Amino acid sequence: MADSVKDRVIAIIAEQAVLDVDDVSPDSTLDSLGIDSLGLVESIFAIEEAFDISVPFNANDPGQSEFDISTVASIVAAVEKLIAEQRA
Amino acid sequence: MNRVAITGAGTINALAHDVPGTLAAFREGRCGITELDIRDKDRLAIQIGGQVHHWNPEAHFNRQQIALYDKFTQFTLLAARQAVDQAGLNFDGHLGYDSGVVLGTAGGGVNTWDDNYRAVYEEGKNRVHPFVVPKLMNNAAASHVSMEFNLRGPSYTVATACASSNHAMGMAFHMVRSGMCRAILTGGSESMLCFGGIKAWEGLRVMSKDACRPFSLNRNGMVQGEGAGVFVFEDYEHARKRGAEILAEVVGFAMTSDASDIVMPSKQGAARAIAGALRDAHLNPEDVGYINAHGTGTAVNDKTECAAVADVFGHHADRLMISSTKSMHGHLIGGTGAVELLACIMALRDGVIAPTIGYEEPDPECALDVVPNAAREARVDVALSNAFAFGGLNAVIALRRV
Repeated sequence: MADSVKDRVIAIIAEQAVLDVDDVSPDSTLDSLGIDSLGLVESIFAIEEAFDISVPFNANDPGQSEFDISTVASIVAAVEKLIAEQRA
Repeated sequence: MNRVAITGAGTINALAHDVPGTLAAFREGRCGITELDIRDKDRLAIQIGGQVHHWNPEAHFNRQQIALYDKFTQFTLLAARQAVDQAGLNFDGHLGYDSGVVLGTAGGGVNTWDDNYRAVYEEGKNRVHPFVVPKLMNNAAASHVSMEFNLRGPSYTVATACASSNHAMGMAFHMVRSGMCRAILTGGSESMLCFGGIKAWEGLRVMSKDACRPFSLNRNGMVQGEGAGVFVFEDYEHARKRGAEILAEVVGFAMTSDASDIVMPSKQGAARAIAGALRDAHLNPEDVGYINAHGTGTAVNDKTECAAVADVFGHHADRLMISSTKSMHGHLIGGTGAVELLACIMALRDGVIAPTIGYEEPDPECALDVVPNAAREARVDVALSNAFAFGGLNAVIALRRV
């Protein structure tokens, strides 16, 4: 299940970055993948739709949101946490 | 070229249903942003807005009119009546052929779209009211204003998102200045505070859940508002000869396009519009005492706008005052520049600068005199009003004290 969340998040981010999933690694940052603020908002929307969760994220201050977007791995971890909380 | 006077003003917004009430709220630094009172609010993440409360259309319009007027048209007509009353103009004779209407709105009859989509999609109805199209069309408000006051010259609607009203008023200015028209009713309105109108904005994730705090370090987004502002722009000599009271003179206008991004603003585009308005008005940067900022309260707008102002004004940027009244009435989207022009008129006429309320922490990237939290008395000769829209469309208007 953990792998599947990770794979699906990476697939969403890869699609947004127009990259192959193999080019997206857990320690990649969105910046390094070329995802801008609009791309980020779109990725979060895709994540919410894919996992049927609600992601607390305010584009005004991405760094301050509870949702940690610093790397792909941190996003995966945050999504896993939200799934656990919101499906409980 | 003819000079252009403002001889009438009207408004309805979250602060008041008229100009005196709105200016009183500006002076008090009162916040009109409240808990929303709309259908299906429980399904929205955003629960606040600059909503017009105690709105009773039956007090202003008959049953047939209400069937034809979306709320954005109702707001417009109320504001237009106030403006024409103040100007004391009658358009029934020749003047009507020389006068028109130029209004801004981003969404037009959003409540009408919302109600009728609900009827056909959610409730499964296969029939809608015959007036849906004439109610929701973006030019409905401009057309009803032309009908109510017998304005038979050029009338149209401008839709440039958050700059709609400023673009509209800029066009009205050009039309009176060039001699094409003697008078234009201009400004704009918006009424997007319904489930679909707010849900769409939620998607962008730029909305604040608690308050609009422009320029404050802890700002966390914009808050939507609704309402209208309408002005009479009149040939200055025409106004002077008939002894009309002139609220302010419109002296310059400029518009630019960023040509870069659909949502991210550009400092250069904003700065070119500000500098262009000064050039159009033959003003020096030092002449400007007050700027009504676009000041949405988003991280990106406020720092970009402050950087643009610093670029254009240099050292004078530290001496002028710049405030965002969106902190009080919310962001009226296509109607916002019209309501905000009232703060410029108040600065010029009454020498009172409307504050930026909700200001809590200085932001080094917005290090200008934002008139935090309390109105201030100051003599101002020239005021600017900024509007920078999604799509990178910028429109800045310059007014001078009479």
